[in-house]
Amino acid sequence: MAATSDPPVAAVAVTTDVLDVTVIARAVEAGQPGDGAVVTFAGLVRDHNLGRAVLFLEYEAYEPLAVKALQRIVDEARDAWPSARLALHHRIGTLQIGEASIVIAAASAHRVDAFAACRYAIERVKQIVPIWKREHFEGGDTWLEGAVADPDDAEAREKAHRIACA
Amino acid sequence: MRVTVRLFARLKDLAGASELARELPDGATAEAAWRSLVHETPALGDYEKAMSVAVNAEYARMNAPLHDGDEVAFLPPVSGG
Repeated sequence: MAATSDPPVAAVAVTTDVLDVTVIARAVEAGQPGDGAVVTFAGLVRDHNLGRAVLFLEYEAYEPLAVKALQRIVDEARDAWPSARLALHHRIGTLQIGEASIVIAAASAHRVDAFAACRYAIERVKQIVPIWKREHFEGGDTWLEGAVADPDDAEAREKAHRIACA
Repeated sequence: MRVTVRLFARLKDLAGASELARELPDGATAEAAWRSLVHETPALGDYEKAMSVAVNAEYARMNAPLHDGDEVAFLPPVSGG
């Protein structure tokens, strides 16, 4: 449980600051005696991708919309798993190998919902949050492109839900 | 009317700018703003079937009407996480 002197932690954030799993978990663990589980996920910058030796990544966001999209994911997860609470922080700027680009914390009365909400959140981030990474590898750099963001695409949302409950 | 166009990631690189001002006729849509960009930078046209649009930092559709002072953003496929 968080000490009373700790500053409050926002549920969602897009930041250039280093992400600290312990601090972000505090956003969901503060004084809920009914909680039985906290799940945390950290996405790290990996030194290889598609056979390329990655040197570092550069993340860019459309910040005001990215914050809204993260909040939307928190709200969607609450609809799907009412007992679960989420915190979602995404880092932007230049990130070195091994650094965390995203940290998700999910608290719930039971582990099943906490794991599911956490997994749902990372799948939805990859679908609808306007953030991009430019991969700098040995010999060049390239913007990576994944999903065409459409929060109203029910099929994508159901897919994330299926993965979360698998 | 005058609107601000925001571009990100590869769209920004292709256009050579992250922010552009555009004069458009009253009642113009996000699509009209996009057309004017593609007219100047034809390579952007490749993204037509694979991008998202936002007006004033809310997801929108290409047929969304724009108003003086609006910010319209064109977003290539996302790759966060």
